[in-house]
Amino acid sequence: MTADLSNALWGGMLIGAGAAVLLLLNGKIAGISGIAENAVRGLFGENRWRIAFLLGLLIPAAVFGLGPIQFAQGLPLLGVSGFLVGFGTRLGSGCTSGHGVCGLANLSLRSLAATLSFMTVAAATVYLVRHGALPWRS
Amino acid sequence: LAFVTAFLAGILFGSGLLLSRMCDPQRVLSFLDVAGRWNPALALTMGGAVIVAAPAFYYVRQRHVDLLCAPTPLPDRFKINRRLIAGSAIFGIGWGLSGICPGPGLLLLTGGTVQSVIFVCGMVGGFLAFVSRADAAQ
Repeated sequence: MTADLSNALWGGMLIGAGAAVLLLLNGKIAGISGIAENAVRGLFGENRWRIAFLLGLLIPAAVFGLGPIQFAQGLPLLGVSGFLVGFGTRLGSGCTSGHGVCGLANLSLRSLAATLSFMTVAAATVYLVRHGALPWRS
Repeated sequence: LAFVTAFLAGILFGSGLLLSRMCDPQRVLSFLDVAGRWNPALALTMGGAVIVAAPAFYYVRQRHVDLLCAPTPLPDRFKINRRLIAGSAIFGIGWGLSGICPGPGLLLLTGGTVQSVIFVCGMVGGFLAFVSRADAAQ
């Protein structure tokens, strides 16, 4: 296995371990969009575990750096994308972590439906942007 | 204690996102671009995460408590409605545009780029739009 693939697998297993720890020791689901939305609403009281989780989430990247990253869009589309991600994940009650990792690990049919929905729509969007007739590329 | 365990879970989760390079938008887009030069590595990330988290969810599903014996209700596993599918589809459009989902979006902030700030502002705007829409519906 190349280093890239093994890092992808080990990284995934770390993500799963984080979700397992949060479930087993905090009794909470590691859904980032839900945690972030609630954290935005209020920084204290019931939200303390959310703030702690989000702080921990950022520590590795802050310490080791992000590595090479490349944004695919200009600022206006990044803003639009962020808005759709924020609104869509709350309407659909979950994102890649809540439905894609935790929901599938919980053998949830509901999360499988959500995951299929966002995966296929995301792939179709990438197809339109990269291979379609849209005026911009990613 | 809840603060410490949530912080630890966050560190594990954030390390996984970093190691798997989920926070590189171009890498995510190349995973979603099934018609182009498809890079399947992130399927390993998702699979690894689900496999590691699954036993923890099995434990809680059977006993309805976490390891500290605190009652731990899990989300409904079967309710599939229009809101779930439409919300996930809207998220899919946003994710397909930029290659950024909520967790990596927050990680990107540590790079201090304007792009990451714009994305996260858009995402928080999406959260707030959803919250105010939900409030208005009541």
